[in-house]
Amino acid sequence: MLLQLFQTLENGAIGTAVRDSLWLFPVVEVFHLIGLAVIGGAILVVDFRLLGLGLRGHPVSRLARDVQPWVVGSLILMIASGVPLFLSEAVKCYYSFAFWTKMTALLLAIIFTFTIRRSVLFAPAGRFAPASYRAVALTSIALWSTVGWGGRWIGFS
Amino acid sequence: MSIRAAVEWLANTEWSIALHESQYAYATIESVHVWALCLFVGFAVLLDLRLINAIFRDVPVSDMARRLLPWTKAGFVVMVISGILLFYAIPLRTYLNIFFRIKAVLLILAGLNAFVFHHGIYAKLPDWDVGVTPPRPARVAGMCSLILWAAIVFSGRMIAYNWFDCGKPQPGLISAAAGCTAADIDPYR
Repeated sequence: MLLQLFQTLENGAIGTAVRDSLWLFPVVEVFHLIGLAVIGGAILVVDFRLLGLGLRGHPVSRLARDVQPWVVGSLILMIASGVPLFLSEAVKCYYSFAFWTKMTALLLAIIFTFTIRRSVLFAPAGRFAPASYRAVALTSIALWSTVGWGGRWIGFS
Repeated sequence: MSIRAAVEWLANTEWSIALHESQYAYATIESVHVWALCLFVGFAVLLDLRLINAIFRDVPVSDMARRLLPWTKAGFVVMVISGILLFYAIPLRTYLNIFFRIKAVLLILAGLNAFVFHHGIYAKLPDWDVGVTPPRPARVAGMCSLILWAAIVFSGRMIAYNWFDCGKPQPGLISAAAGCTAADIDPYR
């Protein structure tokens, strides 16, 4: 059922176009990587701050508000470039452990980032203990790192 | 000994072959390279965005430099070590790869850009640390850095593709720039 859907997707116009082109896949992948660098930096700089590293001395909520458009913007770039990459080899992804690991981690990372992490970041100072800050930061780094590693390993499988 | 001879010697060392043929080591090193990209390029991009006045306008540039540059440097060290290992796994093909050579030139340009910035407008930092739009030279340096790192990511990713490997039908200029010898281009000549 799901496999059939993936087969249909792979044979669709976008998947076929990316697969048949010599340079489209790598070029789309470069945009995916640039998006990765931006979202990685924007997430890490705030997680570092929660851990007491990097931009100490600046309010968490202020930093979080400043990086917000870059997180959302690069996430859009990641998805917009990731979908064609997926469509070009959907059936391979269906059988890829790395792909399902990545997608599970991605879903969890997005939910975590826009619910729990967001409410902690924008909470008034002193509302949460430093230990909660650290837990949120480490969870965020672990989830997003799994997304990145999973993504890289799709290519090796 | 020429560079070429050194690279050929490197390619025949036991560890280079082991790395090349490993099932997981190469992939793991490449994953580390990609993860460090987030730390290194990600933080470099934040600094550049600050210079072009696009983020963290309330954070003094001196703070950005003092607090983030150590992490950027740490990320750079990981990038260089993992990058050298990736080169070490496939020395000769990488050395003769046009994208690798473009990447090397772009890296030098990025280094020069950082050097000029650091010894130029950055030295006058007290005047524009916070509360004002960074002066034009700082914005230019930030913009150049963003473009250069995007181009470096691009050329780095393209090293994996063999479109311009020696021996492929292509203009002589590309073969020459990639350092292909006549024997590389046509082994059966």
